[in-house]
Amino acid sequence: MRLNYPSEVKVLQVPCTGRVDILHLLKAIEDGADGVYVAGCLEGECHFLTGNIKTKKKVIYVKKILEEIGMNPDRVEMYNLSSAQGGRFAEIAHEMTEKIHKLGPTPIKK
Amino acid sequence: MIVADRKPLTEILTMIEAQEKILIVGCKGCVTVCNTGGLKEVEILASSLGIARKKENRPLTIDTTIIERQCDNEYVEQLRDKVNDYDAVLSMACGVGPQFLSEAYPGQKFYPAVNTTFYGGAVAHGIWEERCAGCGTCIIHDFEGLCPIARCAKSLLHGPCGGSSQTKCEINPDTQCIWDHIVARKMELGKLEDLMKVRELRDWRSARDGGPRQSIREELTQ
Ligand code: SF4
Ligand code: SF4
Repeated sequence: MRLNYPSEVKVLQVPCTGRVDILHLLKAIEDGADGVYVAGCLEGECHFLTGNIKTKKKVIYVKKILEEIGMNPDRVEMYNLSSAQGGRFAEIAHEMTEKIHKLGPTPIKK
Repeated sequence: MIVADRKPLTEILTMIEAQEKILIVGCKGCVTVCNTGGLKEVEILASSLGIARKKENRPLTIDTTIIERQCDNEYVEQLRDKVNDYDAVLSMACGVGPQFLSEAYPGQKFYPAVNTTFYGGAVAHGIWEERCAGCGTCIIHDFEGLCPIARCAKSLLHGPCGGSSQTKCEINPDTQCIWDHIVARKMELGKLEDLMKVRELRDWRSARDGGPRQSIREELTQ
């Protein structure tokens, strides 16, 4: 399977979605990322049981922070897919990049 | 522990509107345990304020630190070499923290970044509840360990009132009527007659009603 996804998406691997922290998401925005999304396992299929559910809550929290300070919360997103869904991975990458393109560049100066 | 909640970011941003360089100080005491003002929350606040100010194109220089307890001058003293290098300081401790800091460093401006709410504990992950109002005369042993002062909206000593309905308090359908709970507990233990006892009028001077309080332990004073 040779699938393409937009080159502006930078992938950072973590052992489990649960490892993704509020600060990782905030720092990415603070450092000038136009958007950040977490691609976690399907709900109910976390190897560590609830890593993806916990991080879903962290993503919602970061969205709230962005909203509070007048930034579009859509710049941060959470997606769920299984590691066998390569096609879906590429699709999500396209979906998110398209959404961010519509929002335009981040108002944060690097 | 003392429980607190972070102030809305917009309120904090207004406080430091004119500032260009600030220090955020966390506390390793109660506010760390209730996940409001520990190291993690200090960093989250710093990043959030950083983003907000970068967005306005008025970048803010933010340094962060944490001390053991802001309610202890011994630790407050550890900030001496840096505290005056900033336009202002945000304290993430309970209300005691920024007061101790202000007293120790009268030349600096300290802002509270949290709203201090109550004495309580975590009943589940992420959920804290009030348990004590610091009334100065503890009587919970008479009520099977359930505090009617802090947990009854009217601090009744002979409850429940007429507003108790289906185990809930009249002030809010989500708030448990502690008096319903006390009565149920006494019935369960076959001790309902305990509640027939008419209690003497309470001297509220040991509580906040008597004005600011002090605790002096002669054996420890120097
Ligand atoms: S009776 Fe007073 S000291 Fe005891 S738990 Fe209630 S408020 Fe606190
Ligand atoms: S309903 Fe219960 S908790 Fe509420 S004020 Fe009355 S006695 Fe107190």
